[in-house]
Amino acid sequence: MNKLLPAALLAAAAWAGVAATTPAQADPIKPAILFDMGGKFDKSFNEGVYNGAMAFTKKTGIKFHDFEVQNEGQREQGLRNFAKHGNDPVLAIGFAQADGLTVVAKEFPKTHFGIIDMVVDLPNVHSFVFKEQEGSYLVGMLAALASPGQKVGFVGGMDIPLIRRFACGYVQGVKAVDPKMVVFQNMTGTTPSAWNDPVRGGELAKSQMEQGANVVYAAAGATGLGVYQAVTDAGKLAIGVDSNQNYLHPGHMLTSMVKRVDVATEDFLNDAKAGKFAPGVSSLGLKEGGVDAAFDQYNEKLVKPEWKAKVEQAKKDIIAGKIQVHDYMTDNSCPVS
Amino acid sequence: MHALDQIIPIMAATIRVAVPLVLAGIAGLFSERSGVVDVGLEGKMLAGAFAAAAIASITGSVWLGLLAAIATSAVLGVLHGFVCITQKGDQVVSGVAVNILISGLTMTLGLAWFAQGGQTPPLPPSARFSEVVLPLSGLIGQVPVLGPFYTQVLGGQNILVYPTFALVPLAWWVLGSTRFGLRIRAVGESPAAVDTAGVSVVRLRYAAVLIAGALCGIAGAYISTAQGAGFVRDMTGGRGFLALAALVLGKWRPWSTLAGCVLFAALDALAIRLQGVIVPGLGAVPVEFVQMLPYVMTIVLLAGFVGRAIPPRASGQPYVKDR
Repeated sequence: MNKLLPAALLAAAAWAGVAATTPAQADPIKPAILFDMGGKFDKSFNEGVYNGAMAFTKKTGIKFHDFEVQNEGQREQGLRNFAKHGNDPVLAIGFAQADGLTVVAKEFPKTHFGIIDMVVDLPNVHSFVFKEQEGSYLVGMLAALASPGQKVGFVGGMDIPLIRRFACGYVQGVKAVDPKMVVFQNMTGTTPSAWNDPVRGGELAKSQMEQGANVVYAAAGATGLGVYQAVTDAGKLAIGVDSNQNYLHPGHMLTSMVKRVDVATEDFLNDAKAGKFAPGVSSLGLKEGGVDAAFDQYNEKLVKPEWKAKVEQAKKDIIAGKIQVHDYMTDNSCPVS
Repeated sequence: MHALDQIIPIMAATIRVAVPLVLAGIAGLFSERSGVVDVGLEGKMLAGAFAAAAIASITGSVWLGLLAAIATSAVLGVLHGFVCITQKGDQVVSGVAVNILISGLTMTLGLAWFAQGGQTPPLPPSARFSEVVLPLSGLIGQVPVLGPFYTQVLGGQNILVYPTFALVPLAWWVLGSTRFGLRIRAVGESPAAVDTAGVSVVRLRYAAVLIAGALCGIAGAYISTAQGAGFVRDMTGGRGFLALAALVLGKWRPWSTLAGCVLFAALDALAIRLQGVIVPGLGAVPVEFVQMLPYVMTIVLLAGFVGRAIPPRASGQPYVKDR
């Protein structure tokens, strides 16, 4: 135990260090980012935002404040604190921040806010949403192509329409390759803790693989780490989400459905820096480079060139409007399952 | 054959999921039978999970991780004991404090040590408990029905699984037949009588919370280094409370606590497979319904089927010599 005490002091010092490195007065903007409950190192959604913000910092030298909410009550409070202390712009990460942001953005009409994954319709808010169904469609195709005559699975985090949108796009992609293929779908839970339960994620993946799933796609934050581990242990294939997670288990990660939250974050900060903040909604799909299936050195041996060609073709067709991918959130239902 | 294909994996999953519940349940059994209410099972498990993953990640040895988990969690058990036994503080408050403290402390230490947002680095297979392949699996595996049962349910499990289930008869024997166990029970029912007999109430209760701590540590190590491959914030996900519910459901007895744990685990394993299944006349089973099953079962069973669950009489009361 005596190892713990110095470490605790170290941790305290580290926190103090964070507080001390506030941006210098000369900085033109004071950006702040409120991460959601997955935490900024979830190797997925929040981490993508973090990477985007770090890229901005590296290029401009402007540092940003951040805070990771630990419980639901902290969201509104965190946003308000940022705004109160003169941070501008303030970026809220995640669908769950919409309610808090709606309140706080009205309280601070002169502060510029951004939100990722949800639309908040206020004159001082810019909303970024992604067409996850399009990216999920592509990885669904890959899953089906990699599993001829087998089954595939999907593990979602919290059961919300946004995650159903991932699932629905994925199933559409699978069925585009093989209309008869069975897709197992599981949600981890109905509370935010569903983003942080790798053990349950692993169990869900195991149950799907026992029923014959060859590829499992996880859209579940840190819960996904358990899914990928279980899939790797079983020698099957997994599909990552949000950030490019191909590197996590080389040889077992078929691809990742990347959602370029990093690009959205960097663009948002750059616009704010240039004084070009504009309210409204950016809906980022394949066409805008907002979502994609990730191909890199970690999965090049897994993905056959002809699969990749098919995916690239589908991508072109979606961009051209020849393939319409249904968006679950438009009518809260999915035409296929 | 088709039904069997379904049942064998469910049984295997039940065992996997039950292990931390059983360990925490027996931990709670010892603590509460001695008269110390233990709401902090969850926190101690989480501390164990973190210690195991952190040490296994640094040293590469899963066994050192397990030792660290037991030690860390036992220290927390003693801390809980110090508040409840020595300082005669409120036992529920102390347990809740342990839960909150650990939830924050694991994150803080994780950030300071690994700088990965409170997570430990993913563990390589060598730093995890792997599955045990029973002897003659290849041969017996060929036998219908028995074969899959032998290779997937009895075998193919983690090495921690076997001592866990052996722990239940052990706890039954210790609490039912040994001098130490009988004294633990007596001190939970009537500490004054034990004291009058010249046996130290304080020492017995400390022994009980120490055992509880150590068992929670094993449960935590199982979660992060056997089931999982690394620590993630709050990864115990309420399993400590589920174990507590099983303990109440089991009326503070080893075998029935085990039954409670296995019931919850089976519901969980079943729930995973029930999700989205179309039930004739009802449609798809919603996630919410499936998730509340264990809790509903607890209420239903407590309300009518298992009769009254009466806690040890001195449970929750600090022992004051000259009242």
